[in-house]
Amino acid sequence: MEVFIVSLLNGLVYGMLLFMLASGLTLILSMMGVLNFAHASAYMLGAYFAYTISLYVGFWPALIIAPILCGFVGAAIEMWGLRRVHRNGHIAELLFTFGLALIIEKGVQMGWGLLPVPYRVPALLDFPLFSIYGTNFPAYRAFMLLISGMMFGAIWLGLTRTRIGLVIQAALTHPEMVGALGHNVPRIFTLVFAAGTALAGLAGVIGGNYQVTEPAMAFTMGPIVFVVVVFGGLGSLTGCFIASILMGLIQTFAVVFDVSLADLLAKIGFIVTAKTPLAEVLTVTLPRIGALLPFLMMVLILVFRPRGLMGTRDT
Amino acid sequence: MRQSFWLRMLMGVLLALGVTVTAQAQQTIKIAYTDPLSGPFAQVGDANLKQMNYIIDHINAKGGALGKKFELVPFDNKSNPADALIALKSATDQNMPFIMQCSGSNIAAALIEAINKHNDRNPDNRIIYLNCGAVATELTNEQCSFWHFRFDLHVGMKAEVMSRAIPKDVTKVYMINQDYLFGQSVQRDVKAFLAKNRPDVTVVGDELIPLGKIKDFSPYITKIKASGAQALVTGNWGPDMNLLIKAGIDAGADLRYFTFYAHLAGGATAIGPGGDGKVLSVMSFGENVAPEIGNKEAEAFTNGFRQLHKFDFAAATFRTIFEYLQSAINKAGSVDPTKIAFAMEGLSQKDFLGYDSTMRKDDHQIISAYYVGLFKKGVKYDAEGTGLGWATTATILSKDVNQPTICKMKRPSA
Repeated sequence: MEVFIVSLLNGLVYGMLLFMLASGLTLILSMMGVLNFAHASAYMLGAYFAYTISLYVGFWPALIIAPILCGFVGAAIEMWGLRRVHRNGHIAELLFTFGLALIIEKGVQMGWGLLPVPYRVPALLDFPLFSIYGTNFPAYRAFMLLISGMMFGAIWLGLTRTRIGLVIQAALTHPEMVGALGHNVPRIFTLVFAAGTALAGLAGVIGGNYQVTEPAMAFTMGPIVFVVVVFGGLGSLTGCFIASILMGLIQTFAVVFDVSLADLLAKIGFIVTAKTPLAEVLTVTLPRIGALLPFLMMVLILVFRPRGLMGTRDT
Repeated sequence: MRQSFWLRMLMGVLLALGVTVTAQAQQTIKIAYTDPLSGPFAQVGDANLKQMNYIIDHINAKGGALGKKFELVPFDNKSNPADALIALKSATDQNMPFIMQCSGSNIAAALIEAINKHNDRNPDNRIIYLNCGAVATELTNEQCSFWHFRFDLHVGMKAEVMSRAIPKDVTKVYMINQDYLFGQSVQRDVKAFLAKNRPDVTVVGDELIPLGKIKDFSPYITKIKASGAQALVTGNWGPDMNLLIKAGIDAGADLRYFTFYAHLAGGATAIGPGGDGKVLSVMSFGENVAPEIGNKEAEAFTNGFRQLHKFDFAAATFRTIFEYLQSAINKAGSVDPTKIAFAMEGLSQKDFLGYDSTMRKDDHQIISAYYVGLFKKGVKYDAEGTGLGWATTATILSKDVNQPTICKMKRPSA
């Protein structure tokens, strides 16, 4: 029980962090059709900006300023980069964002060095909020849950209750029609891209000191975010939310269950020994392949339900 | 007629150019250095590179070897054996006498095999492999090679040191290691030496994790706590080390950490003040060793690095590698790798701290002094500006780490 509750909380925190990253990406992907490889780089930039800003004015202003900076970076990328590349089709866009991700990584390495920077949790939140069965639940994790929860609410309200949200939703499925109705679709694109990047930046601000702020953080976070987006389905914020939480919980719980296929087979009366064919594979325990599970699930969902969990159209 | 004259001129110029290029190349003794300089483990390779360059400057200022200076030529291998082999190819193409590699025993194993083949086939273009930190026990036992010289204690020796360093009140440990050659080596050897030296200690959990993939170790900490372990024993390095300890400290888990690599770059930052007195590391060097034994010269040497860089000079014993090279090259009187290899095996000298060391002839494994450090407040030199640092709690002399080897060395006919 102890393990279950603690793991549930940890899974939730990680899932919500994934959601902050993935929500921006899913908006960009479903609206513009751009698989933005540089999205996780914005997450990294957010963390580094927040670190640098917090050196001068503290964590709280950084929480606001860093995502805004990331938003501007995103807007600049969209207006002066993607929009030009867009004419040459999706492959060009893909390669463009891929190159961008590498450039940002090198840039960060040159600007801040290869080593992790000491970006720490603010002193105000650096205490155990409560303790379950002797394991501390840091206040900062609760704060992360709060921020990401508020963000989910804000996006949902923004998309469903505001005029611009309605236009964005319309542009998701019928961009030409929205353009024909007199809306400035390119500007909406810029807005969505900037907002998505800002969200990733915000995730970086609160994720950078939860994990470690280092140049490899974009590289490690990138693939899993793609999995969430594909799994959740295009154009569905709810799907993205469910997928994020699911991935967070799966990765957390995979670690704590020391079972292997051999154990399952033993339950139905089949004992695996060293001589059994594929014994190596059958005896691999769940924690050892935990990191692989999300990718396995992505492959499965692409085969059996290409539009994802709640997607409205095919990937 | 005219054409062939021009052709001959051109050939002449090219030849002359070729001669000057080789003449320039011979002015320095080049060492190819291959480690991850990008990707998740980039910080490890980068920290090594900075420390080596500092040491090389020091050695060159003392005259290098045979009047020539050492020069390090870095090649990024992205933690990938295939890329390391490309680096090896470049090094042999340019006739470099040495290749050095520190991070990743899987990469080391690939290099040893490739170098054995290369040196067999190309007797006039051989290369020596200087291993500065790939420590899987096998590499100087089952897999030992005449061309491979290891300048760090192997896992078996470190595990023995570790088994003796575990405090008496700890009887339940949990093991987490990386799922590859090195991690498996740690897993096996630590268990073997615990059984031998500390039969009262039970291993309550034993686990392998994918290399460099995990971002949040909190679930592991939950599991470790549930197992009732008092301490965690881990050979993890790089982000796998730093994130693991950080997760444990953040959860306020009542655990102690017995590590092989927590003292390397990024470790102190990840542990932070919350880890006061909780983390032990088995290490080749710590910045507080020199002041503790009152060696002023060594202290000045390490302090010089501190002025230049923001992380610890944890690998100051790389200096031993270059001092051995210096002696072996001077002894051989040439930069011919075969002669140097023969000159280096069996060499004994004092390291810069004044402790005995030997490059054991039987398996080309260095036998040198080793230290156990405790991360705590109130040390002379703190680590990475945290205010805490590594205090030496035990110094193990080279005669006490000398484990037998099963190596059957095949020597070339000189």
